[in-house]
Amino acid sequence: MVRLRSDLVWIPTFAILVAFAVPWPLWGVDRVVAGLPAWIWWHVAWLGLCAALFALFVRSGAWERGMGRRPESSDGRSGGPAPGGDRR
Amino acid sequence: MTLGVSLGVVVGYLAVALALGLVAYRVSETTAEDYYLASRSIGTLVLLFTTFATLLSAFTFFGGPNLAYAAGPEWLVVMGTLDGVLFAVLWYVIGYKQWLIGARNGYVTLGEMLGDRFGSTGLRALVAGVSLLWLFPYVMLQQMGAGEALVGLTDGAVPYWGGAALITGFMILYVAVAGLRGVAWTDTLQGLFMLSIVWVAAAWIVSAVGGVGAATEGMLAARPEFGSFGGGTYTPGFIVSTAITIAFGVTMFPQINQRFFVAKSGAVLKRSFALWPVLVLLLFLPAFMLGAWAAGMPIEVPEGANVLPVVLNEYAPAWFAALVVAGAMAAMMSSSDSMLLSGSSYFTRDLYRPLIDADASERREAWIARIGVAAFATLAFVASLFRPGTLIEVGDTAFSGFALLALPVICALYWPRTTRTGMIAGVAVPQVAYLAVVLSAVVGAVPTLPRTVLGGWDVALGLMVLSGALTVAVSLVTAPTEEGDASRFAVVSD
Repeated sequence: MVRLRSDLVWIPTFAILVAFAVPWPLWGVDRVVAGLPAWIWWHVAWLGLCAALFALFVRSGAWERGMGRRPESSDGRSGGPAPGGDRR
Repeated sequence: MTLGVSLGVVVGYLAVALALGLVAYRVSETTAEDYYLASRSIGTLVLLFTTFATLLSAFTFFGGPNLAYAAGPEWLVVMGTLDGVLFAVLWYVIGYKQWLIGARNGYVTLGEMLGDRFGSTGLRALVAGVSLLWLFPYVMLQQMGAGEALVGLTDGAVPYWGGAALITGFMILYVAVAGLRGVAWTDTLQGLFMLSIVWVAAAWIVSAVGGVGAATEGMLAARPEFGSFGGGTYTPGFIVSTAITIAFGVTMFPQINQRFFVAKSGAVLKRSFALWPVLVLLLFLPAFMLGAWAAGMPIEVPEGANVLPVVLNEYAPAWFAALVVAGAMAAMMSSSDSMLLSGSSYFTRDLYRPLIDADASERREAWIARIGVAAFATLAFVASLFRPGTLIEVGDTAFSGFALLALPVICALYWPRTTRTGMIAGVAVPQVAYLAVVLSAVVGAVPTLPRTVLGGWDVALGLMVLSGALTVAVSLVTAPTEEGDASRFAVVSD
């Protein structure tokens, strides 16, 4: 299985997801929204976004291609590593 | 009367967990792969919760709210970022890769995997030795947490050493009989229990003080600086270095790293990965916000006590406070028994067998493992009586020590050109340097080396960079050894 060029977009995506899980743009902001500081809402929403994008990463098959494997060989017990030549 | 109820709830809960371990023991086989890895048969729910419960220890349950109480709710962001996002990414980068090659080559421990790849017993022993070294303070942390928890719950009727001794005895017993299957089963029970109990506790306390808005108002009235993001303890340097060292450190924790080998299928790892950020948030949000809100409540937190039990004693009935403490003790226990179990596999497979007695029978190995667990836990118990730092400080030291292993391991996993000498240099040099920093604070005779520089940047972060740089640089100037075999780490696809 050849890696897709479009999969590379996941690298900056993950970097952004990690970097902005910390609400840097709200540094020093003390507004309270719906009972909690606004920056806490940012963090909560961001982690929700992470879960959604992680699910997409898995579903798109990039999870397997990233390791140099076929996406369709991924489910169930048969997903274990198969014998064969080195792809890396 | 209340004392009896409290202790009854705590001990009763521990007994239920032990019973579950015994059932797991009945279905276990007597092979090492079953004892340590439950025959690589762990499904999504159990894998998710066993990793979850193992991650969440006294550090999260008591240390986290304490820090939020003292310094502000930003701890939620630090922990959420490192555990929910960065750890999840590493779960894929390190965990999935390890699962692939582990299932193919039958590895049980990290040291075994690296030792096999580089054909080096020395590297195998080095990785195991380093891991056991940093496991020690983390086991100690659980005992400190349990000791403090029972003091808080019983108003000092049970002394600190009593609580620490109770959990020590319990975890030795548990690990000795149950193996990973038992540990994983109780972790699932405890994970679900903790998650629900912390929400009930939050709902209870929040309604007692008049709602979320009122709780936040009270907090801001007492500590106005808690409302704005950053400031005080939370400098950018602190946030970034804490998040990075802990997240990388967690992946190298024996009990977490060994989880990467236990999944039944790749699908299990994928599902766990996608659920991770939400699950983490569900636990951290109520736990840490309770700590922060407590700053605005009319309570007195004694020196050295934990915030959470104090708040619960104030606003909830005794039996419920006891239930939460039982949940927290469960968290500590599931962390500790996983740690001890993994630690014993590192000890027997990577140190005892290769270095001392290669021909030991399975039976002998099993006994060595159990004696090792008992000795390790007892020593940690003795050390915990000295209470060498706060929960967060002790935990952070251990995390950083493990974090120094992460970059050399990633190098080995992804860069076939990595050499044995490169690995040994990349692991050993930063460890020695970090150990010098840590010990300089304990030994009175030498000047204390700084743990942080330039406003909160952890020296461990610099040493992490050093570990990666050394591994790469030394690998480039040395030749791969005869015994090394890069194809051991190749991922194959038909």
